[in-house]
Amino acid sequence: MPELTVPTLRELPLRILPPALLRTGRYGLGGRGSAHLVERHARVYRRTWGVLISGFVEPLFYLLSIGIGLGKLVGTVTGPGGHVIGFTSFVAPALLATSAMNGAVLDSTFNVFFRLKYAKLYDSTLATPMRADEIALGEIGWALIRGSLYATAFMAVMLALGLVHSAWALLDVPVAILIGFAFAGAGMAGTTFMRSWQHFEFITLSTLPMFLFSTTFYPLGVYPRPVQMFIEVTPLYQGIVLLRGLTLGIVGPGLLPRVGYLVIMGIAGLIVAGRRIQRLLLA
Amino acid sequence: MDMPAEGASGHTEAAGRLPEEQETYEGLSVPAGMVCDVAEREVLIRARGLTKVFGQFRAVDGIDFELTRGEVFGFLGPNGAGKSSTMRMIGCVSPPSGGELRIFGLDPVNDGPSIRARLGAVPQEDTLDVELTVRENLLIYGRYFGLRRDVIKERTARLLDFVQLAERADDQVEPLSGGMKRRLTIARSLISEPEILLLDEPTTGLDPQARHVVWDRLYRLKQQGVTLVLTTHYMDEAEQLCDRLVVMDRGKIAAEGSPRELIAAHSTPEVLELRFRIDEQEQAVEKLADLPDVRIEVLADRILVYTADGDAALADVGRCGLEPLTSLIRRSSLEDVFLRLTGRRLED
Ligand SMILES: Nc1ncnc2c1ncn2[C@@H]1O[C@H](COP(=O)(O)OP(=O)(O)O)[C@@H](O)[C@H]1O
Ligand SMILES: [Mg+2]
Repeated sequence: MPELTVPTLRELPLRILPPALLRTGRYGLGGRGSAHLVERHARVYRRTWGVLISGFVEPLFYLLSIGIGLGKLVGTVTGPGGHVIGFTSFVAPALLATSAMNGAVLDSTFNVFFRLKYAKLYDSTLATPMRADEIALGEIGWALIRGSLYATAFMAVMLALGLVHSAWALLDVPVAILIGFAFAGAGMAGTTFMRSWQHFEFITLSTLPMFLFSTTFYPLGVYPRPVQMFIEVTPLYQGIVLLRGLTLGIVGPGLLPRVGYLVIMGIAGLIVAGRRIQRLLLA
Repeated sequence: MDMPAEGASGHTEAAGRLPEEQETYEGLSVPAGMVCDVAEREVLIRARGLTKVFGQFRAVDGIDFELTRGEVFGFLGPNGAGKSSTMRMIGCVSPPSGGELRIFGLDPVNDGPSIRARLGAVPQEDTLDVELTVRENLLIYGRYFGLRRDVIKERTARLLDFVQLAERADDQVEPLSGGMKRRLTIARSLISEPEILLLDEPTTGLDPQARHVVWDRLYRLKQQGVTLVLTTHYMDEAEQLCDRLVVMDRGKIAAEGSPRELIAAHSTPEVLELRFRIDEQEQAVEKLADLPDVRIEVLADRILVYTADGDAALADVGRCGLEPLTSLIRRSSLEDVFLRLTGRRLED
């Protein structure tokens, strides 16, 4: 039997959270069992690895067409802290954030819904010592492993195109994973409330506008103040500000609350998802 | 609870007198073999007034039972009797709504994962992982139990042989026949070498040949001393496999005992089955009711005459001037027990 291709990554979910956080009473935030679900997914995707490519090429196409193509027309924009920067450098970190969001949402919604309602995967999983919260963390962990591969590949392209302007960009991949964590948690939690595929319209309805309006292609300043205030509280905006700051080397303590925002969003999603799966399947 | 079967009740009561010892023993989780004295009649599952309510509906309505290590215990009952609901509570995938349930001395609500680690479950509907091959199904399921890959690999080879699926090891699951899927589910449930194997209607929906293969495998497990809990609505399945069973109907236990005890307690040794022309049936029922020492049950297509001596009863039938189209003398079965206890038939 061939060994698993990513043996070190299998244990990743364990390292995302300190062990003390992993279990509180009957519910927890995942545990050892999460890694087994990740192993299961890795096995399935080893045969269908082709689908993994789309997660990488999609943001790349955006970068090449909009970033570089449009960049020729636009030239420069006013970035964080009033710095004037090239359009492509402005857009690239936002595309990284967006792809982290999209990848995480896809994994934690469509795929989870299918496994929950159709493949009945978790019904058999829960007949074993596995707990519902381990399933939740396993799913999120798997989304993050895929996300980290995409983010790393995208970073390599950014580096090659000279779009990385600071050593702070070393934190880009971890932050992209954090963005994935926040959206995977929220996405999975939301999925447990969905009854049919129609409900997935809500997901597109929330991620697409975030992609278009969260200062992906132009600065916040172009909007009237009320709209700005709305955008400032959306999750993707936090991720874009973080990645843009790090990539351009414009970093300050103001970024920390945004990290906290995403951490809390992810953990809240993880808890809700675990408890909902418990309620849905262990009834 | 009505306990007609003296032998069975004496058996379980003996275990019931040792609750403290039992609990301490479970608490320490000493391997079974180390306490020979207790292992004889070690109670693995104890249910008292166990209840499952869905909304207003009482699917399981206050049942009591005990499972002892090494025995094959069955729930026999028609569709909707509450068998699956009971099995899901035992399997710790459905919390009891009321009553008491202890498995290995543990509480299924608080200790679900530790209990499930020691159980094997074959649910009513196969829940195989269709994105994995036959072999991978065992591998991943074993990993869910935290087993090491080399341990799983060794057991997989053995188990696939046991369920006669070795040739299909690297095939996808979807194209397998119903019987093969069932056998694979059984193999999967054995990967963790469970102390109790739960089988919810192991052969329902299989064609006769596939059923016999599954029965044969279960019979071997029984002979190896594996503790089995199974549900079925096939009386032949219950009769062949179960050491002890409860007859379940509408969420309640109607009777308990070994198949032989149940038949002795609730039916007669022989049954005379008579068919009459439709227009003669009513008249025949009246006359048969007057026969001495018999009890009759009228079914849609035939009349059952319960008697100690079928030949004598058939002679009596002739003396009343009745001419059945066909007559058949057979031994009583659990089907007759069920009919007696509930007034209804098991299958259909
Ligand atoms: N999840 C559920 N929600 C509501 N009713 C249920 C549920 N599960 C089972 N029931 C009902 O409980 C009764 C017993 O079901 P079940 O335990 O599956 O019986 P059996 O396995 O003996 O056929 C049935 O009437 C069934 O409709
Ligand atoms: Mg059932």
